[in-house]
Amino acid sequence: MKDMMLLIEPLIPALRRYARALLRDRTAADDLLQDCLERAITRWHQRRADGDARTWLFTILHNLAISRLRQTARRGAPVGLDEADESVTAQPPTQEDALYHRDVLRALETLPEDQRGVLLLVSVEDLSYAETARVLDIPIGTVMSRLSRAREKLSRALAPATDAQAQRPTLWRVK
Amino acid sequence: MIPPRPIGEADLQAHIDGRLDPTRLAEVEAYLAGHPAEAARIAGYADQRAKLRAALAGYADEPIPAQLNLASLIEARRAPHYPSWRAAAAAVLLLGLGGLGGWSLPHAPAGGIAALAQEAADSYAAYAPDHIRPVELRAADRGELVNWVSQRLDRPVAVPDLAGSGYRFMGGRLVPTPHGPAALFLYDDDKGTRLALLVRPMEIDRDMPLAAQSHGAVSGYAWSDQGLGYSLVAPASARDLPALANEARRQTES
Repeated sequence: MKDMMLLIEPLIPALRRYARALLRDRTAADDLLQDCLERAITRWHQRRADGDARTWLFTILHNLAISRLRQTARRGAPVGLDEADESVTAQPPTQEDALYHRDVLRALETLPEDQRGVLLLVSVEDLSYAETARVLDIPIGTVMSRLSRAREKLSRALAPATDAQAQRPTLWRVK
Repeated sequence: MIPPRPIGEADLQAHIDGRLDPTRLAEVEAYLAGHPAEAARIAGYADQRAKLRAALAGYADEPIPAQLNLASLIEARRAPHYPSWRAAAAAVLLLGLGGLGGWSLPHAPAGGIAALAQEAADSYAAYAPDHIRPVELRAADRGELVNWVSQRLDRPVAVPDLAGSGYRFMGGRLVPTPHGPAALFLYDDDKGTRLALLVRPMEIDRDMPLAAQSHGAVSGYAWSDQGLGYSLVAPASARDLPALANEARRQTES
């Protein structure tokens, strides 16, 4: 009980961020994380003693997220869209930051879910390549190639917005 | 001197993530110094990485909602069977049922197969006599119904086909139980006799053989398979209920 609190609780903010970034819907992400935590609690004793709690929890969460995304896709309902400026940061971002954040998050949505998972685990959650491979149950080589493709695709998705921003800054402010 | 290993895309990606050892880092930096186009591409990715982290940082800073309070979740899991109010409610229920000669639930653990049978009888009493809207999604919307209840029960749920036994599928809905949402499917025959099949995940009694669970005005059979519980109920006058239950179980076995 005590080790569960000590090992799981500090991970909740990062798990929440990952669920939210994958699902792009606050309520759905929190429901998903609740499900994940309940599973982790009931299966705590099945966890490999030498295993890392963080990798284990991300694995449970990722699998739940993927099955949810697939169910949503089958039902034909669009995944709820969070607006970026809804994510209130500790220091309020400037308006231009907020616009850029929104563009980044929209671009993130254009990635296929397998690339999105790799990019988020590596770039945002700071999992090592080996940990990411374990969470996604894929070889490290696949992690590297998906990462490379994700970054390329994201930068292509962001390129027009960045150009427009550079060329017509006033328009952006007026909007 | 041994020439350095050729630089690969994986090295460039690892440079962005700061995951190169010092030797390799020096080699990659030397390579980038001689390849400005690649250096610009990698710098762009590094910038994108920083922007992505900044855009998502807010999500991790939000206060954790009560729903995700770990201590409460652990407590809820630790004592799932007899919280005091539920034990009291169960005692009242058992006394009441004993008095009425209804469903017999001696020493039934909360949430087990006997509770499932009781929930099925309750749902049957509420929905089967309804001639206006017995089901929320009709047989024609079977696919939508299956997706809906599978999502809410967090596992695939199938609708058994009892047409071969003379019962047409009418449709179904989601119903509440003390142990979470359950799927309720209704069937009827040419004489208007209705059957109900209640399906929900089981925390206990996860794999139980088919057993009669009832006497009185409503008959029922309940079983469970790999953590999913089923209870088929019908008026006591319905014939062939054991055969119907067997057929439903055969179709739902995974």
